[in-house]
Amino acid sequence: MNTLLLHISKNEWKSLLRGKWVVGYGLIFLLLTDSLLRFGGGGPEALLSLSNVMLLFIPLVGMIYGILYIYQSREFVELLLTQPIDRKVLYWGLFIGISTPLMLAFVLGSLLPLGWHGILMVDSAASAMVLGLGAVLTLIFVSLGFLFGLAFYDDRIKGFGFTIVVWLFLAILYDGLVLMLVFTFGQYPLERFVIAVSMLNPIDLARIMVMLEFDVSALMGYTGAVFNRFFGSGLGTIAASSMLTLWLAIPTWIGLRVFNKKDF
Amino acid sequence: MKRIAKLLFCLVFIPAAPFLSAAQVITVSTDGSISSIQQAIELAEPGDVIEVQAGTYVANNLEITKPLTLRGINRPLIDGNGEGTILVIRADNVTVQGFELRNTGRSYVRDYAAILIDQARDFVVEDNHLFNVFFGIYLAETDAGIVRNNHIESYDRREASSGNGIHLWYVRNPRIIGNRVTGMRDGIYLEFVENARIHSNISNGNNRYGLHYMFSNGGTYYDNTFRENGAGVAVMYSENVDMKNNLFEHNWGPSSYGLLLKDMRQSNIEGNRFYKNTVAIYSESSTNILIKGNHIEQNGWAVNIKSSSARNHFSENNFIENSFDVRTDSPRNNNVFEGNYWSHYEGYDLDRNGIGDVPYRPVSLFSVIIEKQPESLILMRSMFIRLLDTAERIMPVLTPKTLYDEQPKMHRIQ
Repeated sequence: MNTLLLHISKNEWKSLLRGKWVVGYGLIFLLLTDSLLRFGGGGPEALLSLSNVMLLFIPLVGMIYGILYIYQSREFVELLLTQPIDRKVLYWGLFIGISTPLMLAFVLGSLLPLGWHGILMVDSAASAMVLGLGAVLTLIFVSLGFLFGLAFYDDRIKGFGFTIVVWLFLAILYDGLVLMLVFTFGQYPLERFVIAVSMLNPIDLARIMVMLEFDVSALMGYTGAVFNRFFGSGLGTIAASSMLTLWLAIPTWIGLRVFNKKDF
Repeated sequence: MKRIAKLLFCLVFIPAAPFLSAAQVITVSTDGSISSIQQAIELAEPGDVIEVQAGTYVANNLEITKPLTLRGINRPLIDGNGEGTILVIRADNVTVQGFELRNTGRSYVRDYAAILIDQARDFVVEDNHLFNVFFGIYLAETDAGIVRNNHIESYDRREASSGNGIHLWYVRNPRIIGNRVTGMRDGIYLEFVENARIHSNISNGNNRYGLHYMFSNGGTYYDNTFRENGAGVAVMYSENVDMKNNLFEHNWGPSSYGLLLKDMRQSNIEGNRFYKNTVAIYSESSTNILIKGNHIEQNGWAVNIKSSSARNHFSENNFIENSFDVRTDSPRNNNVFEGNYWSHYEGYDLDRNGIGDVPYRPVSLFSVIIEKQPESLILMRSMFIRLLDTAERIMPVLTPKTLYDEQPKMHRIQ
């Protein structure tokens, strides 16, 4: 079973590399990180700019790639489905095959410049955090892309449209809504509510983890007890990372179920 | 001629005789003929040296009323046994060096200290270790003394029941050099002090302020480190104070500041480094302060300036990745920001003179938003907030219109 999984993944890797898009994606991060470090000043500045780009574009690229691959490898998938292969293995093979190259492209593309500019040694915890979050976000959004691809299997335009809208909503509009809610219900104690709401959006979760790394000193300036407990102890990091794990598990699991039951 | 010489000899040397013959050394040791420091002090003539051998001596309220040198050999321990003050100096020209002092009394009424210097001048307190003390070294109405290379440490975490490490009250021309103070209420405390010179000290992990400066004009402090103090450093109600090349770092908390300025006038803050404080510089009712060439990196707020502050001048500072650059409570601006480097600056420099062509507005819309609705802090660094901030910078509506740096530097100032 494992050899089969590896075989399917390998096949995906080969076709991805042949397409060269993944290489370009990695090169973009390489150039970006290198120029940020070369022209933008010190380590924390570059890492923050990198994390801004990461929070914005990795979800978009991940989802588009996920859905694109479901559509592109339709014949391949349907051919394999005629063989006596466990659907589970096929699903995991496809998922690993597409998400790992994307993840590697980001990690290597950012890691190499961070390495040769010596930032990895100085700000190792912060670098590891940014790279790790990028990797996890890639996995989450590829699986979301898969899910949307399976949900809109026959209507590609609808699928892509939905993906873009979801990205726009999670990356930008969601925070606008949160801000609106905060101002509308400003009279009430909102700390718990605001934390809970932010926990529901994976991009916000990643952002909060970046914030915990770079802005703790500002967060400590807030006098509310709930925030202080949440951000001041390890609680914030633990909660955010476990929610990220949930965000990774649930769409993948739903995707798997849909894939298992789908009549192709 | 000979008679004049004789007369001169008499005039000069006879009054000085007791001092010239002062080379007498009295040795105190636990198993010697003189086994208590009290006894040695009573025996000594002015100008004598008392050498205390290693060992433990239980004593308190050891009073020195004549010029003496107390020298610890291999760091003898004087244990105050939890009662009163240990060493009281009430004479000029006293030197105390090389001791370990432990366990003063603690009181809510009296200020018990390990070493109290009361109305004396030209003393040296050097290379002593003070542990578990209420107040460390207490200077009251002294002149021109030196407190150097002492190490003061206590573990009482409650602000009310801990005293200050080095406490100066009505003191003139003190020199506080190279001391390390940890776990006290205030590391170094000054009240009504003139011309203090405080340098190369390390004041870490104190319950309240690392350095607390009150009603003390014309002093200078430089090359000190103030780290992880409960409320940072406070400099208040003073003028003509020079603060140079100090390091203020990791002072965290809702009421913690790298440097708190209150009712300060005509002072200089130059070449300091502020790193990861909740607020790097907080200013209230302070005027004519020059803040120049400081390195302000990764703080929550780089500057929190209240509207009661005026004519303060911020120039040639590096503002690097602070969560917020400037916060203020007024739509007007009475201070000058000029020629600083701001890492958040997004302008351009077409004429390539190193100065950005568009002004930088250091008060972001988001800092106004969280002032109104603190819970929105959780949205920091989100894309939506960044869009709002950019729009506000182009067309300021809610942020102070006149608070800007017209000549933001394009590169870090070395």
